[in-house]
Amino acid sequence: MKKVVLLGMPNTGKSTFFNRLTGSGARVGNWPGVTVDLASAKVLLGAKMVEIIDLPGIYDLHGFSDDERVVRHFLENNAVDLAVVILNAVQIQRQLALALQIQALGLPIVLLLNMEDEAGKLGVRIDCATLAAQLGMPTLLCSAKFGSGHVEALRSITTALRTSAPASTEGVKTALVADDTIEAKLENALAGCVTIPMTLSPGLTDRIDRFVLHPLLALPLFLAVIMVLFQAVFALGAPLQAGMNAIFDWLRETALVPLLSSAPPFLKGLLIDGVFNGVATVAAFIPIIVLFFIFMATVEDTGYLSRAAFLTDALMARLGLDGRSFVMLLMGFGCNVPALMGTRIMRSRPLRLLSMLLIPLSLCSARLQVFLFVIAALFTPTQAPWVLFSLYVMSVASAVATALIFRRYFRSSDPFVIELPPYRLPTLRQIILRAWGEVSHFLFRATKFIVAGVVLVWLLTNLPVGIAAGSVDSYAGWLGHALAPVLGPLGIEDKLTLALIFGFVAKEVVIGSLAVIYAADGATLSSHLAQQLDWVQAYSFMLFTLLYTPCLSTVATLRAESRSLAFTAFALAWPLALAWSVSLIFYQGARSLGY
Amino acid sequence: MQDTKLLDYLVPGQAGQVVAVHATEDLRRRLVALGLKPGNRIELIRRGLFTGPLQVRIGTTDIIIRRRDARHIEIAV
Repeated sequence: MKKVVLLGMPNTGKSTFFNRLTGSGARVGNWPGVTVDLASAKVLLGAKMVEIIDLPGIYDLHGFSDDERVVRHFLENNAVDLAVVILNAVQIQRQLALALQIQALGLPIVLLLNMEDEAGKLGVRIDCATLAAQLGMPTLLCSAKFGSGHVEALRSITTALRTSAPASTEGVKTALVADDTIEAKLENALAGCVTIPMTLSPGLTDRIDRFVLHPLLALPLFLAVIMVLFQAVFALGAPLQAGMNAIFDWLRETALVPLLSSAPPFLKGLLIDGVFNGVATVAAFIPIIVLFFIFMATVEDTGYLSRAAFLTDALMARLGLDGRSFVMLLMGFGCNVPALMGTRIMRSRPLRLLSMLLIPLSLCSARLQVFLFVIAALFTPTQAPWVLFSLYVMSVASAVATALIFRRYFRSSDPFVIELPPYRLPTLRQIILRAWGEVSHFLFRATKFIVAGVVLVWLLTNLPVGIAAGSVDSYAGWLGHALAPVLGPLGIEDKLTLALIFGFVAKEVVIGSLAVIYAADGATLSSHLAQQLDWVQAYSFMLFTLLYTPCLSTVATLRAESRSLAFTAFALAWPLALAWSVSLIFYQGARSLGY
Repeated sequence: MQDTKLLDYLVPGQAGQVVAVHATEDLRRRLVALGLKPGNRIELIRRGLFTGPLQVRIGTTDIIIRRRDARHIEIAV
């Protein structure tokens, strides 16, 4: 099967073109020579199936960034029949250099000048026929977003494929070494076929930016946007999540339970409370991820995310991060899972990993439920808001401390120079494709891991056979007991340890499991906790719950997104160590002060 | 002989011509790819709050660049 790669600079609509070309049939996979996932799809062109591969956007074939390295390694290790190079027509003057670099590799090329709508509006005129002759490659104008020129582009690609032979990867390797004649060729090619107005009239983007990036208004506006975004995702998400849970409860009660009524109790428990609950856990994330990426894609595609990076960079640069990670860290306070997935907008791997190390320390809404319950049980209504506030402060402080400690190990090789694209209206199609793509990515990558984890915790809390589920006699109970020397100094006793083991599945499970362990519900559990614990123990327990090992879905996402077991293990171990130290210092400190 | 200034010292609205980019190889290549190369006209649009980055315009491209990187770019005004 012939291979076609899509190449171009970032923000040129390359992925939009890919989506238009392949529909939703894309899959994510591995390729020889590269360590990141690349989207690809098989498409019928002419009468033959052709494989289309969407390579990461790059500025320069010889650049030093992670993406630029990925593209180079891909081209050196995979024989490619045709490169479709996509440029932003408005910026043809500088972007054409990339097409010439690729041509110098000996690859057959079809050149697509995308965003012809914007170019037209700005008065950029391009004589494609002359340019094609000058460059020696088919050159077409199109708009991937609106579909104009798409049919012609397909025809041109099909024709080019008919005669093209795969470029030898050896040839690519030698050609990659030098290309200094490009500059002169560029000037010659552009002369006479491209006219760009000397000065662009201050457009709508400039007028919007006067407000959005205004010295005084910008930050309040940014916070307002983030607040709205946060509320939109998580306030809308909560009822949808509850609905999803209701559907699964209903399925369980009406289908699964009757179906398994004659099965042995152990098998029944394993299938219903283990496997099925695991699947339900995965399903509960679907609405949140869809909503998150609908709103994130909107913010990104309009161009606001780059503005957010501009506004927060002064702060984030100090933490060794860039402005884009700020948005993801904030979103982590709703739910860690989509925030971790969202870090994919950061193209530098070290920066991504550092952000992924920080996000699980954000006090997410699941942990909030636990804290609200414990705080209500142990503290007076006047104290309660301050206690909760102090937990948020701890959450932010531990993220900052983690960044300051580890930033030196996660140095980015990607220069922080990013484009500020003009404001654009995203299309519904783009947004839906994005949300759909992210959900299927999550389901594909995380389901097995999450289900296995839920089953493991179920086994731990239900074995050996014959004990009361979740009791201190279970393996988990033994484990809690064995951990007493470690967690005792934090004021966390056996039964609470057992709840923490349950909490690994999902933090909100902690309260439910306390109910099982203490055999008490709601108000009874509250008063029970109030009798069993004093405030120092309770606060130490909450600190530990805040920071310790992130929930199973977060771990699954960390693993899927980092594609590194070592990093995942580290991202598990560090919060655990941090939780232990912080709780120990707090508990022993408070006790020695006489509380 | 024209005056040269470092990009970081332009005031918003001021424009000039790029004279030289004294950056490390990786940054230089990125800047060139974004159009920031000798001979091109560059305009400082605005400065970020506190010690935030600069927004500059080269032709039809707007980019943001950190101040410490902007200090490596020489401009004739």
